[in-house]
Amino acid sequence: MTINTSRRGFLKGAGAAVAVLAVGVTPKGTLAAAGSQTATSITPFVKIYADGTVAAVIKHFEGGQGVSTGLSTLIAEELNMELEDITFENAPSNPEVYNNLLFGPFQATGGSTAIANSFMQYRTAGAAARDVLLQAAAADWGVDVSEVTLKNGVITGAGKEGKIGDFVAAAAQLDVPAQPKLKDPEEWTQIGNPQKARRDSHDKINGEGIYSMDVQLDNQMVVAIKRIPQFGATVASFDDSAAKGVKGYIMAQPLPNGAGVVAYAENTWAAFQARDAIEIKWDLTKAETRSSDQIKAELIAAVNTTPQFQASKITLADATSAMDGAAQVVEREFFLPLLAHAPMEPMSATIAPSGDGGVVMYDGAQGPTVNHATMHQILGIPMEKIEVKTLYAGGFFGRRLNAGADYIVEVTLAFAMTDKTRPVKLVWSREDDITGGWYRPAYAHKVRVGLDEAGKIVGWDHRIAGQSIAKGGPFEAMIVHDGVDHTSVEGTADTLYAIPGMHVGLTDGSVATTVNFWRSVGHSHNAYVMETMMDVAAAAAGQDPVSFRLAHLPGDTPDQIRKANVLKLAAEKAGFSKDLPEGHFHGVAVHKSFGTYCAEVCEISVDEGGYVQIEKFTAAADCGVAVNPDVIKAQVEGAIGFGVGHIMRDEITLDGGVVEQQNFPDYEPLRMRDIKAIEVHIVKSNEAPTGIGEPGTPPAGPALANAIAASGRALVTTLPMTNSGIEFA
Amino acid sequence: MTIKLNINGTERSVVAEPGTPLLWVIRDELKLTGTKFGCGVASCGACTVHIDGEPTRSCQTYIEDVEGAEISTIEAIGDTTIGAAVQQAWKELDVVQCGYCQSGQIMSAVGLLKENPKPTLDEIDDYMDGNACRCATYQRIRAGVQRASEIVEG
Repeated sequence: MTINTSRRGFLKGAGAAVAVLAVGVTPKGTLAAAGSQTATSITPFVKIYADGTVAAVIKHFEGGQGVSTGLSTLIAEELNMELEDITFENAPSNPEVYNNLLFGPFQATGGSTAIANSFMQYRTAGAAARDVLLQAAAADWGVDVSEVTLKNGVITGAGKEGKIGDFVAAAAQLDVPAQPKLKDPEEWTQIGNPQKARRDSHDKINGEGIYSMDVQLDNQMVVAIKRIPQFGATVASFDDSAAKGVKGYIMAQPLPNGAGVVAYAENTWAAFQARDAIEIKWDLTKAETRSSDQIKAELIAAVNTTPQFQASKITLADATSAMDGAAQVVEREFFLPLLAHAPMEPMSATIAPSGDGGVVMYDGAQGPTVNHATMHQILGIPMEKIEVKTLYAGGFFGRRLNAGADYIVEVTLAFAMTDKTRPVKLVWSREDDITGGWYRPAYAHKVRVGLDEAGKIVGWDHRIAGQSIAKGGPFEAMIVHDGVDHTSVEGTADTLYAIPGMHVGLTDGSVATTVNFWRSVGHSHNAYVMETMMDVAAAAAGQDPVSFRLAHLPGDTPDQIRKANVLKLAAEKAGFSKDLPEGHFHGVAVHKSFGTYCAEVCEISVDEGGYVQIEKFTAAADCGVAVNPDVIKAQVEGAIGFGVGHIMRDEITLDGGVVEQQNFPDYEPLRMRDIKAIEVHIVKSNEAPTGIGEPGTPPAGPALANAIAASGRALVTTLPMTNSGIEFA
Repeated sequence: MTIKLNINGTERSVVAEPGTPLLWVIRDELKLTGTKFGCGVASCGACTVHIDGEPTRSCQTYIEDVEGAEISTIEAIGDTTIGAAVQQAWKELDVVQCGYCQSGQIMSAVGLLKENPKPTLDEIDDYMDGNACRCATYQRIRAGVQRASEIVEG
C-alpha cells in the first residue's frame, strides 16, 4: 500500500493532480467509462428511457442552488416538454465530457457559473436529441423530417403518432448534430417561465433525497476523526484503551499526515463516542499559537503602511496627488473576521470497494475531478477503476471544494488504512465543521476618499490586508497575477463607479488558518467596504445615497447602465427613504459580482431600547436571461439571509491558536425572525445568463450597515455588528 | 439492550446501548435517513421527529426514554392530514433549496399547526425559531406554514 505520508507534500501533490487534469492530460479510461453509458443516452446530457421518461444528466451537483432545475429546463425547452415532466440524474465524474466550460477540463461547481457555462451546451444537447428523435420517426414512417413534430414526448406527423420511447433506440444510432437549430427566444415556454417546479422538491419534502450523510451500504464502517486542536499541530502519540469500552468500536489509526486519529466503528454514534474516548498527545512545536487579536493587529498595521502589491492601474502616488486637491477627504478603517461556511449538512463521504480492484466514492461532490484525483493518488488505483457518485449536498457555499480537498483526503486515507474490503463512511460532527478551518479569511481595510466641491469623488485610496486564499495552492496560477490574489481585491479596483484616481493596494496577511472560497468570495468583504464608503462619501457630499451613486454611474458603458438600472429599480420598489414610519430607516447597496448586478434596500426599525429589527429587504437583480425566475428569486432571498446573518453576529476567533467556536450556539445562524420580509425583482434581459448563487450576498451587509448608520449611529466598521454594540431584536 | 420502538405505526425491535440518541437509531439502525443530523446539541432542529405527537429533537432524546412511545418521522408524516397539507404547501411554493433542514422544518410546522391552526406571522417565527436553515429559506417556510393552514381549512 502506498500512502503519501507527508502532509505538506500531499497537499502539494493533490494540487498537482488537479493541475494535471486541468491542462488536459485526462486518462482515456475515464472517457471510455462515460462512453459506455446505456444506449438510451442520446447525448451525454440527455437520457431517454423506453417508457419515454426524459432525464437531464446534470454535470453540476445540486446543493440547493437550483441547478438541477436550471439544466433540466434547458433540455425540456428544446424537447418541447414541460419542466414538470422531466427528471434529472447526476453525471458521472468525467473532466472532459462534464467539465465546467469556464474552468477548463475540470468538473466542478463554483463561482456562480453553472447556468452561465451550460446555457448553450444544454440547449444544444436538448435540440440535438430532438433532431435525432424526429429523424428516427421520419425514417420509420418513410416521410421527410420536416413533416414530423415533437411535443410533450409525442411525435406526430404524416397522420401518425408515437411516443419518443419508441424511437429512442433508432435515434441513438444516428449521428448527433453538432449545431442543431435552437429554438428562438420568442418560442420559449420554459426558459423564463415563472413556474414553481423545482426538480429536487419532491425528494426533499418526504425524506427520500439522499445526501452524503445518508449513505447506508451493507457492511459499512463509520469513521470519525479526532483532529488537531490547533492549526499546524500533529499527533505525537495516542491511546485508544478507553475507546475499547465503546460497543461497536473497531480500531483506531493515526492519519499518515499527522492531522488526527481515525476511530473506526460499526455505526455513527459508536464512532463519535470512540473518537471522544481516544487520548492524544499532540506535538505543538509547529502549531499556531496566536490569538485573533494579534492577527487583527497585524492586519490593521498592514493597511496603515505601504501596501505590498498594487492591485489597480492607478498608483498610490497618483491617487494621493488626486486627493491633494480634494475639497474634503473622508476616511474609515475596517475589520472583517474569519467566517465559517457551516452548511446544514456536516461533511461526509463514503468510499466502497467496487470489485476488480476499483473503488467508488459517494459524495455531494462540488468538484468530482478532485475526488477522482485524490483517490487515484492516495490509493494508487488507475483512474478508470475509480467512480464518483454525486449525491445531493446539504448546502455548500463553497465549503465542499478547497485546495486541500480536506474531507475527501480524510475518507480516502481512512479507507487506505483498512484491508479495503468494507465500505468506509466518514462523518463529521458540527464541531468538526466549525473548528475545521477553510474559512473566509479575515481582512482589514483602510479607505480614504477625496471629494471635490461639487461632491464628486476625485480620489480613492483603498488598502486591503488579509490571508491569500489561492497562494500556495492548485488555483494559484489561475487566480494570482503579479502577486495579487484576485479574490482578495475583486469588487474594488474593477468597480463600475466612475472614480478617477482610485488606487487599491494589497498586503498578504500571514498564514493563520486554512482559508477558502466562501459564498461571493472577495465580494463578501469588499462590497461591505465599498458600499458603506459610498454612503460615507454621499453624506460628506450632502447627497442622497441613491442620487450620489447614480451620479457616479453616468451611463458611459452598458455595465454602468445595468448597474444604475438595478439600483433605480430597487430604490423605486422600496420607495427609498420616502414615507417611512417613525423609527424606520433605509439603507441601500449595489454591487456587481459574477457578472450579475444586484441592488438591495434594507429597511430596519429601531425600538425605544435601541434594538434593531430588519423589516424588509427589497432587491433587484439583472443576471441576463432569467432561466428560472423563481429559482433566481429564491437564490437572492437566500443570499441576502446568508450575507446579513454573518455580518450581524458571526465570527470565528482563535485563542492561543485554538478555535473558540464549536457549534451553532456560538456560531449562531440567521433565524426566521431576523428578517421579516424579502421582495425580489428581476430585470428582464436578453443578455447571456450570468451567476445568481452568490451575487445577492455582497450588497446585503452594507445595505443593513447603511440603514443602521441612517438611524443616527456611527457606521459599523468592525464586524460582526454585535461586536460594535449593535443589538438585534 | 433490546428496545421495542413504535415507529411510523410499526413495532421495530432494535439493539442499542442506553444513552444512544434516538436520532442515530433512526438513521443507522432503521435506515430512515430523512431525519437529519445537523448539530447534535438540539440547536438546529434538523433531527426533529414527533414523539407522541410532540415535535422533539431526536439528537437529544435517549433511546431508553422512548420505549412504548409513538414515534413518527418525515417518511410517514404525509399520512396525516396536516402533514400532507404542509408537504403540499412546500411543493406549491418551492420552499426547499438544499433541503437538508426541511424534514425538521416540516415536522415542526406540523407540530405548530396541530396546536395552532391559524398562527400569526409572529407565532410562526416564535415556534419555528429553533429550526435553522443555512440556505435562509425562511421567507418561504413562513409562507408555507400559512398556505398549509389554508389547505387544512379547505
